[in-house]
Amino acid sequence: MDALLEPFRYGFMLEAFAIGALVAAVSAVLSCFLVLRGWSLMGDAVSHAVLPGIVLAYWAGLPLAVGAFASGLLCAFATGWIKARSRIKEDTVMGVVFTGLFALGLVLMSRTTTDLHLDHILFGNILGIPRAQLIETTVLSGLVLLVVGVLRRDLLLVSFDPAHARALGRPVALLNYLLLALLALAVVSAMQAAGLILVVAMLVTPGATAFLLARRFDEMLLKAVLVSVLSALGGIYASFFLNGSPAACIVVAQALVFVAALLLAPRRGLWRRAGSAGAP
Amino acid sequence: MDALLIPFRYDYMVTAMWVSAVIGAVCGLLSGFVTLKGWSLLGDALSHAVVPGVALAHWLGLPFAAGAFATGLLAAGAMAFIKLKTPVREDAVIGVVFTSFFAVGLLMISLRPAGVDLKAIVLGNILGIAPADIVQVLVVAVAAALLVGLKWRDLMLFCFDPNQARAIGLPVGRLHVLLLALLSATAVAAMQAVGAVLVAAMLVTPGATAYLLTDRFGRMLGLSSALGAGCAFAGAYASYFLDGATGGCIVTLQALVFLIALVFAPKHGLLATARTRRIAEPTDLPGASLGTDTPTSSLPGGASQARPSN
Amino acid sequence: MTESEPISLEAENVTVTYPSGQTALRDASLRLEGGTICALVGVNGSGKSTLFKALMGFLAPARGTVRVAGRPVREAQKKGWMAYVPQAEEVDWSFPVSVADVVMMGRYGQMNFLRIPRAGDRAAVEESLRRVGMWELRERQIGELSGGQKKRVFVARALAQGGRIILLDEPFTGVDVGTEEAIVALLRELREEGRLVLVSTHNLGSVPEFCDQVVLINRTVLAFGPTDEVFTPENLTRAFGGALRAFEIEHSTVDAHDGRALTVLTDDEHPLVLGRSGHLEYRRRAGREDLVSEREKKAREEQPPAA
Repeated sequence: MDALLEPFRYGFMLEAFAIGALVAAVSAVLSCFLVLRGWSLMGDAVSHAVLPGIVLAYWAGLPLAVGAFASGLLCAFATGWIKARSRIKEDTVMGVVFTGLFALGLVLMSRTTTDLHLDHILFGNILGIPRAQLIETTVLSGLVLLVVGVLRRDLLLVSFDPAHARALGRPVALLNYLLLALLALAVVSAMQAAGLILVVAMLVTPGATAFLLARRFDEMLLKAVLVSVLSALGGIYASFFLNGSPAACIVVAQALVFVAALLLAPRRGLWRRAGSAGAP
Repeated sequence: MDALLIPFRYDYMVTAMWVSAVIGAVCGLLSGFVTLKGWSLLGDALSHAVVPGVALAHWLGLPFAAGAFATGLLAAGAMAFIKLKTPVREDAVIGVVFTSFFAVGLLMISLRPAGVDLKAIVLGNILGIAPADIVQVLVVAVAAALLVGLKWRDLMLFCFDPNQARAIGLPVGRLHVLLLALLSATAVAAMQAVGAVLVAAMLVTPGATAYLLTDRFGRMLGLSSALGAGCAFAGAYASYFLDGATGGCIVTLQALVFLIALVFAPKHGLLATARTRRIAEPTDLPGASLGTDTPTSSLPGGASQARPSN
Repeated sequence: MTESEPISLEAENVTVTYPSGQTALRDASLRLEGGTICALVGVNGSGKSTLFKALMGFLAPARGTVRVAGRPVREAQKKGWMAYVPQAEEVDWSFPVSVADVVMMGRYGQMNFLRIPRAGDRAAVEESLRRVGMWELRERQIGELSGGQKKRVFVARALAQGGRIILLDEPFTGVDVGTEEAIVALLRELREEGRLVLVSTHNLGSVPEFCDQVVLINRTVLAFGPTDEVFTPENLTRAFGGALRAFEIEHSTVDAHDGRALTVLTDDEHPLVLGRSGHLEYRRRAGREDLVSEREKKAREEQPPAA
């Protein structure tokens, strides 16, 4: 019994639980919009594209979040701009832009000999986040949650029916950019905990899981946050005993919940559907 | 002058350059199909999904390509299954599946790190490629090139108009699987050069660049594989002077070439379309005697019809 | 036509069920012969495109059979008999292929393993492109054509393929009236050659103008046969339910002028016009004089002119 409580005896583990839960909540909220919107690739793209910004911000002595935010937005803007002006399909443009930016980041990184750890940026370092970045993550996460909380109706409307939103006089373009900006912020805040490479999982899986479980949007938001936070706590807890990467454990836990929802969801689950196939 | 030839004096550099070029060529070839089929996310996804296979192959002492190929196809199957059975959007399904596979792979590696170089998988390590791995890459490349060479017209029809392919009795299901298998195989090969994260670039960028430069599918395939090979070779070469990050150099170079094509391409470049937009609408050519409707174009900006090609 | 044997298309009790468990089409049966232009008519969701796909062999029926000249569809596909003209929206118009490339794709079924064109293939492509008046534009990228030209390229592909059953999916959407007439003229030529032309459409009004047969669909085949017999108010109501808007023009209003001319203005789609006794009215009577006068006679007998 004592052995099961052991993770809670370490300060770094408690910190990891707290930050993991916070980051999981933020990314879960955004994942709902991304999944409904068909923007999963955008989450993938922005999370990779922040790399050159991080390196440049480090060189310039700015907070890493500022650089990451700028280059994440650059990716989104460049994609939209090129798509509007050339014959190339959007997914292709995005693929070209985000991989190009990530590659540029790697090249810049290889020119830097510093204490900026590529491993920590790519794979996360939830067990050893420096104090200053802990505060940064908390502030950014709080900001994203606050904005989404206030504007969630408008953001939902724009995701669901942009034409109607325009007819109602909502600033559609502005709200789109806002969603992109929130996405970039969420990526930045989750970077330390999950790493750039796995952030995209946290930005898609909870939303997809909640989509299978919920009927209404508020319910979906709530369930996504619940699923995501519990998976994060469970994943970090398991990683202590498995001695495996915490970020990978979080994502695997989320994936397991998704599979469970896929099979057992009350209305949309496969098992349920197979059982009730005869009924009208 | 001599300084520029230094990379060629080192065996590992020469090997890295030509192996990269082979990988670049074969990925370039496939990128033509990926771009036109709208499968960019899928290319990215498959390259991540192969990671658990690599870890497993290491554990079991199998060739990494075998394990990677198997999990790549497994992921493709899982995506198809979930898409068929749930109302979740396709892009979200792809996102969930590939990140899950990738996370499982990372977890497996973090559990038993011995003998697996995580960074080499994620970021590539062409400079230190082992002779056995070179053999695997070559086998994959030759097989992929051969299959595409034999079947590119069928694959083109499959991408362009799957219904027509079906109507004339082509095995559409098999072509679909063939293309997925080719993608998985080349993703495995490309992982050696640029790492799992940047494989997407190798499978998208050359095709997108070539798409800006030509209006013929055959030429596009030739161009994209030449671009893929050239950028990979030159990127590996440049990485010698930039101290490492071979994958980063290759992909950055590909992106630069794409940007140049985007601006300067003779017909579909930004400059050309800006020019034709200013020219008045074209008159119909001879031979258009049946019907007198006005030209329409599905192209963004509607600019590409402005230049008659004969 | 290489084969002298007449073509036919037969569906027997075709039922199609999708993986989701939904049955889109139940017990659909029909039989069509070569030398016809036949319309598949039904509202969206009526199972029209499902029937279309089942006839083309794109999806396998859960029950029932589709046979082409007594053979399985698969065999007819291999022979190149089944030709398909897609809807404009289904095509990626910026795909890097030329007009000639697209038409050459029709020949793939007959080519060797590597699909390398031979002299015969090139000749077939040239002949069919000339026939639709697109030979001069053969080098153009397909996106650089007008709506009607695009449609003609795909018809040329069906010709190059040697298609004996040609299915056109909503051929007139996005095409102006002039082009529509040109395409109809082309389809009539194909009919004269003994081919079976199938047109899937939701546009009722244009059907009597060029289709001699109709298949009415609503979850099953409600009726099939000559247009005059199938297009009755009762059948149409069964097929369309409340989806049709009927403008009934009182004959007193019409009679006040010359009693024959009737003008119906409409924005886009052809309206379907039925006469007093519920018979079809044609926009052009050429070739149908006997039919029309017979009907008018019949109508007069049934309904003596009062007041």
